[in-house]
Amino acid sequence: MEPSHKRGLTAIDGALALIAILLIVQMWLLTATLESFLAGHREAALPSAIASGLLALACFGLYLFVRGVDREERKR
Amino acid sequence: MKRDPLWREELSIFSADEKYVNRRQFAKFLVLTSAGMFVGNLWILVKGWLTKTPVYPLRSIAKLGEIPIGGSKLFNYPTAADPCILVRTGETELAAFSQKCTHLSCSVYYQRESNRFECPCHQGYFAAKDGRVLQGPPQRPLPRILLQQKGDELFAVGVDLGEA
Repeated sequence: MEPSHKRGLTAIDGALALIAILLIVQMWLLTATLESFLAGHREAALPSAIASGLLALACFGLYLFVRGVDREERKR
Repeated sequence: MKRDPLWREELSIFSADEKYVNRRQFAKFLVLTSAGMFVGNLWILVKGWLTKTPVYPLRSIAKLGEIPIGGSKLFNYPTAADPCILVRTGETELAAFSQKCTHLSCSVYYQRESNRFECPCHQGYFAAKDGRVLQGPPQRPLPRILLQQKGDELFAVGVDLGEA
């Protein structure tokens, strides 16, 4: 395997690991918000939705990065 | 610039490229899951906006004389679909709670010997005094039914979800 090809894979693996971490945070956020909502605390829903949206955007950004690296490497 | 057709992006004839395709598809799956989590959070937010603050009626639920010390009575409040339990733990000590376990909504029942509520589904226990969780999987206390006594008659006047 060419070194650049391997570098590309390492970059994608790093991005995947970051996406997975962000996803775990989002899962925790959703369960905590639901638990809090069922306990009658509605005020937590808005900040939680904003935070979850930002995390989803970050995941999407990382996905674009993965797609970019993938296209770049496969063109070679 | 002309883009490759989709099939060429998804199916590579080179085995080295296969690793890229697999990782990209996995990344797409994770991002879609992330979007799902966001939609879930939005759903909670919208539900909170749409749900009106409930107005609880004043309703007679029992006569004081009909419940012995250590006894309990079932009733429904605020609607017929909300089972509740009233317990008398002392001469003047009365408490009422929602009968739905806060874990998975099984009916809790009163254990006189240990002065607590038990959920038989997953062995969740709640204090009979204040409805707090003593043991088991539930995370939240039992919603407390607010009571008012007028003479010999007991009235339900509201619901306290139990967390400040």
